Formats: sequence, C-alpha cells, structure tokens
Amino acid sequence: MTALADMTDTGKLATYNFAYLDEQTKRMIRRAILKGIAIPGYQVPFASREMPMPYGWGTGGVQVTAAIIGPDDVLKVIDQGADDTTNAVSIRAFFAKTAGVETTTATAEASIIQTRHRIPEMPLTEGQVLVYQVPIPEPLRFLEPRETETRKMHALEEYGLMHVKLYEDIARNGHIATTYAYPVKVEGRYVMDPSPTPKFDNPKMHRSEALQLFGAGREKRIYAIPPHTEVVSLDFEDHPFEVQHFDQPCALCGGEQVYLDEVVLDDRGGRMFVCSDTDHCENRCAAGHRGELAGDDLFDGKDKGVETEAST
Amino acid sequence: MSTAELMETVQPGVDDQAEAALLKVEGLTRVYGDRIGCADVSFSVWPGEVLAIVGESGSGKTTLLNCISSRLTPTCGTVHYRSGDGVSSDIFKMSEANRRRLMRTDWGFVHQNPIDGLRMTVSAGANVGERLMAVGDRHYGNIRQTAIEWLGRVEIDADRIDDQPRAFSGGMRQRLQIARNLVTGPRLVFMDEPTGGLDVSVQARLLDLLRGLVSDLGLAVIVVTHDLAVARLLSDRMIVMKQGRVIEAGLTDRLLDDPRAPYTQLLVSSILQV
Repeated sequence: MTALADMTDTGKLATYNFAYLDEQTKRMIRRAILKGIAIPGYQVPFASREMPMPYGWGTGGVQVTAAIIGPDDVLKVIDQGADDTTNAVSIRAFFAKTAGVETTTATAEASIIQTRHRIPEMPLTEGQVLVYQVPIPEPLRFLEPRETETRKMHALEEYGLMHVKLYEDIARNGHIATTYAYPVKVEGRYVMDPSPTPKFDNPKMHRSEALQLFGAGREKRIYAIPPHTEVVSLDFEDHPFEVQHFDQPCALCGGEQVYLDEVVLDDRGGRMFVCSDTDHCENRCAAGHRGELAGDDLFDGKDKGVETEAST
Repeated sequence: MSTAELMETVQPGVDDQAEAALLKVEGLTRVYGDRIGCADVSFSVWPGEVLAIVGESGSGKTTLLNCISSRLTPTCGTVHYRSGDGVSSDIFKMSEANRRRLMRTDWGFVHQNPIDGLRMTVSAGANVGERLMAVGDRHYGNIRQTAIEWLGRVEIDADRIDDQPRAFSGGMRQRLQIARNLVTGPRLVFMDEPTGGLDVSVQARLLDLLRGLVSDLGLAVIVVTHDLAVARLLSDRMIVMKQGRVIEAGLTDRLLDDPRAPYTQLLVSSILQV
C-alpha cells in the first residue's frame, strides 16, 4: 500500500516511510495541528524537520500534508492558483512517490489541497483540507521584531499595533494598500496572518466548510482555522475592508469575480489577464465559456505564447 | 499643603491624606547582586503634583523610576497605585494584562532618548494614534483628527503628521513623544531626563510646554533629572538621592533655597550662576 511496502516487495531496502516523515515526527506534527485546531488562529510551535527542499518552497506545508495524508487521500497542489508550476508539480510528485497517493488537479475531487498563496475559486466543501505554505506566520513581525514581545501581545490580545500598520497605509496611500497577507481576526480572538494569499481570498476563509491548516517550516509554527470559524479582516470604520476588483474578465474563460493574473504577451506592451486558478479556468473553458483571447487558434498551439500564458 | 512633612514621615496606611495618594511607594529596594540600585525608598505622589527625583549619575534615580513604573521588578518593597475608580492596588500583584493596560492608558513614560519611546518607522500621526488604537479606537478620521490636535498642542505643525520621526529634530521628537504619551489622558506620567540632550532654548520651551500641559490636564508627574533647574521650574516637591538612598525630601523651593543635607548643599552650590 505504501512506498515502504512497494520497496520491500521488490526486495530492495526501504528508503522512505509512508509520506516521507517517520511516524514519531508525524505524531508530533499532528499534536501541533490538533492544538492549533483547538485554539483557532494560535501559532503552535513545532519541531520542524529538514525537508528535501529549500526553505521558502513550502517545507511547512509539506510537513503538515505529510502528517495528515492517508493512502485514500487525493492530493491537489497549487502554486499561485496554478497546478502546473514548478512548486506545485514537484510537491505533487513528491507525495505521489513517497506516499503513493492519487493526485489530481480538480478542486472538487481533492481531499487535501496544499496551496501556496491562493484559495481555489470553487467553494471548498466539508471534508476537504486546505494546507497553506506560510513564509512568515507572525502578523506583527514587521512592526515588532522581538518574538518574546509578539507572543506576549498575542497572549494579552494587544493588537493595536496591527491597526498602526493599516493607519500608515491610509496615511501614505489614501486607502489600505495591503493587498496580500492581509491580517485577520479569527473567532474574535487571535490576529492571524493568512499567509501571502491576496486579500481577495480573505472572505473565502470566513466560515469555510473546509479545514484550513497553516504550516511555516522555517519559522516552526503551525496554526489552523477549523471549519465554520469566523474570520474577519481588520479594517477601520471609515475605511472598511475591500477586495480587489478587476476591470475586465478573464481573457481565456471570460470569468468575472475571480482573481486574475497579469500576463505579458510581448515587449510592445501587450498583456492579458487570466484566471490565477487554472483548474477553475479550464473547467469554465470546457463548459463552453470563452474570453476574448480564447480563440481556437490559440489552443491549436500556433501561438508560441500559449504554454506560458496558460501556466502562469 | 503639608505634603512635605507627610512625605518625610510616610507611615504605611496611617493618615487619610496618604490614602488619597495616587502612587505610594514603600520600602522599595532593588539590588544588582552585591551592589545597590536603590534602597529603602518610600514616598507618595498625589494627583496633580510634580515630583522631581534628583541626584548625580549612578545615584539610582533611573533604577527607582523603572521600578515604580513596573518596567523593572524591585527586590523588595511595594508600589500602590490608586486607579480612577479609587481602588488602590499593588502594581506588582496585578495581572500582567492589567499592568500593561495601565501603562498604555493611565500612565505615560517619556524616555530620555526619544528613539526609545517612539516608533521610528511609522509616521508621527501613527505614533500619536497608537495608544488610541491600542484601546480600541477604530475610526481613522477620528484618530487622525486627535493626532492633529495633539501635534498642535505640542507645537508641531499639522503638515508634519505624515513624516516619520527620523525627519524630526531632537526637540520635536521629544515633543512628539510627549504627545504620544498624553493622548489617552493619563493620570501619571514618568519622565526620565526629558530635557537631556536638548539645547537651552529648546529646553526652556519644552519645560514651558510641560508646565502648561501638567496644569491643564491635572497630571501627576514623576520626573527624574540631574538638572536642578528643571526640578526648580517643573516640580512641586523633590527627593534627593545619593548612592541609592533618599537623603533629603521636601518642597522644591524649600529644598533648593535651604538645603539641609551636606550633599544637597553641595549639589545646590554646584549650579552655575550666570
């Protein structure tokens, strides 16, 4: 059933335990996850392991996924919404090899979705788990460099500093210019950094049916948002929280109310805006939706730009 | 007011006037290993009065100030603070949450070096607004309006509100630090050499400003200084420290005009007469 079993069957020495990490490590991570779920938004320290990938490539997310994945799970990995970028492909291949699990690119079919910086456009459902790769888990870090002090501030619920950051934004730019890693308050208690997801995705975290787990490998922190938890983006009364708006629909699928990526087409200023969530975009195209640049000639591959456009 | 006599003979919880004291320090001692930071210091501060703690460098002034403002834990002794609802409690027996809330609402702390008391990477407006946001103000327009008012009160032009304190002169930084501390209407402000490092004319303006604010707001202030002129101008009462101990205490005018302890006489006679 596992990589371990496969290897021993063929008479070779086993190289990996199921899902790479040894069982004691997984146990330790599961304990941190359970604690995180019990205290929504609280950053639980854990003994992060070296993973066969550099920090910043999702070592935290990979450890969380390794700790919760089972042989029956179906794994989807996205990087900036896309299933086919380096990070997503290699993490998916990693678990296909070390855990032998089925992988998918379809959001609806996945039981575990590991993500770097996006929440899928399709609403997640009960039973699904969204695993975030987090670079810096501490929302107060850039204003208060001392870890001892930030932990105390969390403990005593002293979050005035978070609004100082938003105040600075408005004072300098006239509006809250934070567009990603936008701080949220979880269940009325802990202020949390939702990892560098665009603030467009913040409302999707609110009362989500799916379990959301956050792993920061280098910073050795795990935190969680259980299903149906209140997640409120911080704001001012006279400068309420707003998500980004796009002037045009997706150039490939014509989708609106979705998060778009800008793709440079040439060196003469040509550009297009396409869905960041590739699975969502492909589903819409398959259902017959067409954006203005989704001419059939594009999909015939005549235009050499197609590959890069679709994969961004 | 007979506070001078009272202060010199502070008996724990005896007379009624001592009960009304805003801050009551009893037997405060802080040692650093074998060395003494401050030893057996007792005094009270009443609402609306300014107390100066003077003494030469190394006499334990700053240790004492840090202890009574709960920034440092004393080796022994108690500090009782009477909050707005009239309840007097030992600040070292409070929960940390309450103590920290006290420090950002009822108390202020003006550092000698403004860099220690300001957030240098955020604008002046955010510096003033931080305490408001910390106590739950969530209306940008109101916070900004209050910040502008306070900058005006400390004589900083409103058009500097979005500048970072690093662009300010030393005197402006110090005034900004004062505004930042006073914005939540504290009842007790601690000041550690507030005029240190400023030139004489800026010092004079700052002292004038402080006098005005103190009397307008009815603040109680504990100011640590080695500059007797600051003590003379600002304070109602003084205590003189030497080698960690209080050697003389009393009304400022009495103490400066008629110093009794030899050390105080030396200190007073050391002032340069121009």
